[in-house]
Amino acid sequence: MTETKELRKTRYLNPYVGGVLLGLVLLSANFIAGRGLGASGALKSTIVATMTTVAPDASERSGFVKEFRESHAGNPMKTWLVFEMLGVLVGGFISGALAGRLKFKVEHSPKITSRKRLILALTGGILFGFGSQLGRGCTSGSALSGMAVLSLGGFITMMAIFGTAFALAYFFRKNWI
Amino acid sequence: MGPLVINEIISENTNLFLAFLIGIGFGFVLESSGFSSSRKLAGVFYGYDTVVLKVFFTGAITCMLGLLFFSLFGWVDLGLVYVNPTFLTSAILGGIIMGAGFIIGGFCPGTSFCGAAIGKIDGIVFIVGLFLGVLIFGLGYDLWDELYMAKNLGSPKVSESLGMSDGLFAFILIIIALAMFTVAEWAEKKFPREEY
Repeated sequence: MTETKELRKTRYLNPYVGGVLLGLVLLSANFIAGRGLGASGALKSTIVATMTTVAPDASERSGFVKEFRESHAGNPMKTWLVFEMLGVLVGGFISGALAGRLKFKVEHSPKITSRKRLILALTGGILFGFGSQLGRGCTSGSALSGMAVLSLGGFITMMAIFGTAFALAYFFRKNWI
Repeated sequence: MGPLVINEIISENTNLFLAFLIGIGFGFVLESSGFSSSRKLAGVFYGYDTVVLKVFFTGAITCMLGLLFFSLFGWVDLGLVYVNPTFLTSAILGGIIMGAGFIIGGFCPGTSFCGAAIGKIDGIVFIVGLFLGVLIFGLGYDLWDELYMAKNLGSPKVSESLGMSDGLFAFILIIIALAMFTVAEWAEKKFPREEY
């Protein structure tokens, strides 16, 4: 009994089935909204909204805010990706709840401390956040969605992300294995 | 027929509501596939767990084929579907910085939200980092403005750039993906790890 319960706890979807489902979600986004999935765009909206609220004058002069406004009229938080990312939080929570995976914890290799893991997570986050803006989208918006619509830039960004991570994997191996 | 919002079959507000539902599907699939775990995600770079590669490529190919067939049946006008633009310099540099962030932080933006949704504190801290990174980019925008806008190639398709039809490119990509899946299955047997 306990054994089956344990098994169920850690069981994940077959990756190929997960991939097909992910593809269908992405296809429905393209069919309905004419655009793919994304994540970092919602972060950008949030930062633009914060900047324009905290320092309205200075941020109106900012090239970053101007560039955002050229493609987004109105309230920066009333965008497709913001609503989509709120859904991601809900969907992730539902899946975790059904599988019995809801738990506050710092996940890390036994070879490193929680503190070190959190410092690495913060550093990685800063780099990924910055890179996603420079690269006009992250793994979701640029690589995955870009590849599905055969965007040249999507393929280039995908290869740069995975190529760099593979190239650096050896140097960071102690944090993971 | 599609894209529905562009052809004004549904309203802008319905579109935002559907974005929320699509997000739920996206988050659900990512979490059920194990993308809420940084050690599972990082596994692809060491061979012990290649779920990222399998889900990612199967997903991209499923959607790509779906769009090609939908277009063939006249269900979607591919001319109206957004194709990400290509700014060569920033696509490469941004990708390199993101790759470093991936192997150091163990998440990408979408997956860190999934991790945070089930209580992963490292996921929450990664998200704090993401916001800081975007803020740094925004505040220092004038410093990298030129780099960001350099080598604008428009929105070319990879098939056009290689001088082949969309269908032929899709076929080749499927063959490449199948070869990668074979290597991935082999790697998981060669570099196995116990529960993590």
